[in-house]
Amino acid sequence: MRQAKTAVVGLTLVAAMLTCIAGAAIAAPTINGAGATFPEPIYALWMNKYYELTGVKINYQGIGSSGGIRQIEAGTVDFGGSDAPMRAAALVESGLIQFPMVVGGVVPIVNIEGIAPGELRLSPQALADMFAGEIVYWDNDAIRELNPELELPHQAVTVVHRAEGSGTTWIFTNYLDKVSPMWHEKFGTGKTVAWPVGVGAKGNPGVAAYVQRVAGSIGYVEYAYAVQNKLPHVSLRNAAGEFVQPTIESFQAAAANADWASAKGYYMVLTDQPGEETWPIVGATFILLHKKMENPRTARAMLKFFDWCYDHGSEMAVEKDYVPIPGNVVEMIQESWEKELRANGQQIWPLAAEK
Amino acid sequence: MRPAAQRAAGRRADVSFRLLTAFCAVLVIVVMGAIFLELVDNSLLSIRTFGFGFLTSDAWNPGASEFGALSSIYGTLVSTGIAMLIAVPLGLVIAIFLVEVAHPTVSRLVGGAVELLAAIPSIIYGMWGLFVFAGVMQNHVQPALGDTLGFLPLFQGPPMGIGMLTAGIVLAIMVLPFVTAVTRDVLLMVPPVLKESAHGVGSTMWESVRNVSLRYGRRGIIGAVFLGFGRALGETMAVTFVIGNSHRISASLFAAGNTIASSLANEFNEASEPLYLSSLVQLALVLFAITLVFQSVAHVWVGRLQQMETGQR
Repeated sequence: MRQAKTAVVGLTLVAAMLTCIAGAAIAAPTINGAGATFPEPIYALWMNKYYELTGVKINYQGIGSSGGIRQIEAGTVDFGGSDAPMRAAALVESGLIQFPMVVGGVVPIVNIEGIAPGELRLSPQALADMFAGEIVYWDNDAIRELNPELELPHQAVTVVHRAEGSGTTWIFTNYLDKVSPMWHEKFGTGKTVAWPVGVGAKGNPGVAAYVQRVAGSIGYVEYAYAVQNKLPHVSLRNAAGEFVQPTIESFQAAAANADWASAKGYYMVLTDQPGEETWPIVGATFILLHKKMENPRTARAMLKFFDWCYDHGSEMAVEKDYVPIPGNVVEMIQESWEKELRANGQQIWPLAAEK
Repeated sequence: MRPAAQRAAGRRADVSFRLLTAFCAVLVIVVMGAIFLELVDNSLLSIRTFGFGFLTSDAWNPGASEFGALSSIYGTLVSTGIAMLIAVPLGLVIAIFLVEVAHPTVSRLVGGAVELLAAIPSIIYGMWGLFVFAGVMQNHVQPALGDTLGFLPLFQGPPMGIGMLTAGIVLAIMVLPFVTAVTRDVLLMVPPVLKESAHGVGSTMWESVRNVSLRYGRRGIIGAVFLGFGRALGETMAVTFVIGNSHRISASLFAAGNTIASSLANEFNEASEPLYLSSLVQLALVLFAITLVFQSVAHVWVGRLQQMETGQR
């Protein structure tokens, strides 16, 4: 009797499992991506909305740009995300294709008592000197001269930088590299550099948490993280000599300078751009795909999602203070999908080729 | 069944039991050996590139492909040192209180609370350390230390809340239950007749604890200390949250630092170049070696004590 019961239970279990497996095979493929934390707020929003609309689940893990590149090269994810563009030669070598998804701004954030968002004004030199450890206290003459009306405390400057390889760091150091000969000589541009001072935190969220925690600190994050955590950003002097605030307009002003058509492999850097309204630390964030993919279904589902983001995601992007990629650039990107992407030898874009 | 057959079956069972236990025991050694070989194999590139200099250089600049383990080794030893300086005396005193002083009900309650500390996942310690404890350190503990002991280089620099000292204290709290629980069990094993005789010849409570209980249990207590030590050496998440993650060696305990484990946690996922990856694996190898050295020291030490004791008897 008991044996019979066990057998029934067992059979039911097996049947249930089989149904699950069959169900999974019918359901849309799950797509996995990993990389930069810089675009994570907007990617998360897009993926959520897309899931609501289509039921297609796309996972994105914010592990840092270097991690994104490494994981896509190793083939452990379907797509990688990076804010530091790969050089055209490196793309060829690793068999990857790269295209921009959205443009965003990096903002210095501070934690000084009594200083509201946008109040503190910094010159590029003062910013570079602080991150190089040459300005040690907040009431340094160089900072006081820029902010005659602020009362700055005699408090030590604690620099907060990223602990891991990061595209946000790449954009930020690329900017310092351009504006400060001292920085160029000593530290240069990189996803990690030999920080002479400060503390390291993991990811954009980590930097925000440390700046929130440590009085007298200065860090740099993608703008959405400053807004989310209500951290005071600074006002920066741009290439035209104007003090500007990070806003969607000042990011757009920087992005307007981008000449995507002549950028090989979409290699594009948007720091220290001209224009009176331009925010000086702006960068695009990129998606990395293998040119030769294995699973045509996953590949199609992915491109369909990216296409949807370009097509329907602009409003959401602007809401989160990211600048959408302009329509003519999207056309260029989709042309390169058509030319370069293959799954199992098949062309996967345009999607009509499916039938 | 005939007796002879029964005996033979018994022998067979014995043999298979022996084989089974031996297999399980050898498995541990095989896994250890495999881990060691794998670490060595994957760090060969870094070993060849930097040689012995890897251990003595404090440069860590992935951009320029320069790697040195010194700052991580320093941070690992210093944060563990701070943790042991706090946790060992505190753990001993708590254990003595629980066994010798407290009323059994109190002892159960406090003992349970201490053991509960051991059950808290380390990520919780990290979050608590960053969001709660770092604030207390920055606003109260570090300014006070700076005012009173600021003439020492150890307590100079701006109070950030996070840093080496904070990491050491958080580690101490994490290690405390291990030291306490094992020491308590060791003290409980001291034969009551010994303690009673000590009291009988007129010892005070302190004298009986010092000369009888601690002396009797010292081997076990050393074991407890090294158990805590091992845990502190390899602790990762909690330390990563509060140590500040910078590859620099500073005299001040207020400054940010890093440990081998925290460097691995931060950078392993992102290391894209082979030499970078290999250097990180070599860091892991160094941690493996440090743990091995300290465990061996503990082993030899306990063995010496045992020899001395049997010699005395």
